[in-house]
Amino acid sequence: METEFTPWLSLFGGILIGTASVLLMGLRGRILGATGILSGFFMPESSTDWAWRAFLLAGMFTGPVAYMLLTGSWAALDVPTPMNLLVIGGVLVGLGASLGGGCTSGHGVCGMARLSPRSIVATLTFMAFTGLTVFVIRHLMGA
Amino acid sequence: MRLVATYFVGLVFGLGITISGMSNPAKVINFFDVAGTWDPSLAFVMGGALIVTFIGYRLVFRAKAPICEPQFYVPNRRDIDAKLVGGSAIFGVGWGITGFCPGGAVPAIGTGDYRVLTFAASMVAGMFLARWLTRAYGRIKFSAQPAE
Repeated sequence: METEFTPWLSLFGGILIGTASVLLMGLRGRILGATGILSGFFMPESSTDWAWRAFLLAGMFTGPVAYMLLTGSWAALDVPTPMNLLVIGGVLVGLGASLGGGCTSGHGVCGMARLSPRSIVATLTFMAFTGLTVFVIRHLMGA
Repeated sequence: MRLVATYFVGLVFGLGITISGMSNPAKVINFFDVAGTWDPSLAFVMGGALIVTFIGYRLVFRAKAPICEPQFYVPNRRDIDAKLVGGSAIFGVGWGITGFCPGGAVPAIGTGDYRVLTFAASMVAGMFLARWLTRAYGRIKFSAQPAE
């Protein structure tokens, strides 16, 4: 399925993502990594460590709603994956990103911006494996 | 007040993810499908986010502490271990299968779409599995060598 090339919208979205990452560091001294924030929400270390995660997540959830209010329509959401593979892939994403200590936001943006060697290795690794997986599914298995 | 500010940080992130296309799996998968229906948009997401964060962090770290906390909570490990590489590889396979990464999927929960909710619930289950595995086997497999 083709999707439209959107360089300006994507660049603007990326600038907002970066802005949020800088603001969270400036306000709370935390890495804006979706994996760490979500797992810390479900497995909190203390009650004071929990509240900021809950409010940050609530803000994230209202992102697509704000988009709808601003533009008058929901953002495109095309899911080409069947439900059983969404479950398997979801478990792999949660398991892998937790073991690897972060995902696209934590390692890919915040860690890379700090030039952290762990984040650079993690980002190159998951990008390579994502590309490989997409190639196998689309071109070798023909899905 | 601090929590309200934190809420708005989340809103900026969620809006950015939505506008950028990171919460649309078809677009994400097309970024990686160089041999097929390639859509290079996500390079612009990554580029925009990295430039802003790279410069912004350097300004923020001039301060001794963040505004609402006594210190910065920044990871300082530099060692590359099997857990980092193996975990990232597993994450990549899952991202390739679904087109959802955690940062893309979490804001999309706000749409209430049942496919996003299914993915998100499975992802949280995977996080609990990681915690359990680390606790059960961590001392043997992962912490055999002391972290520097």
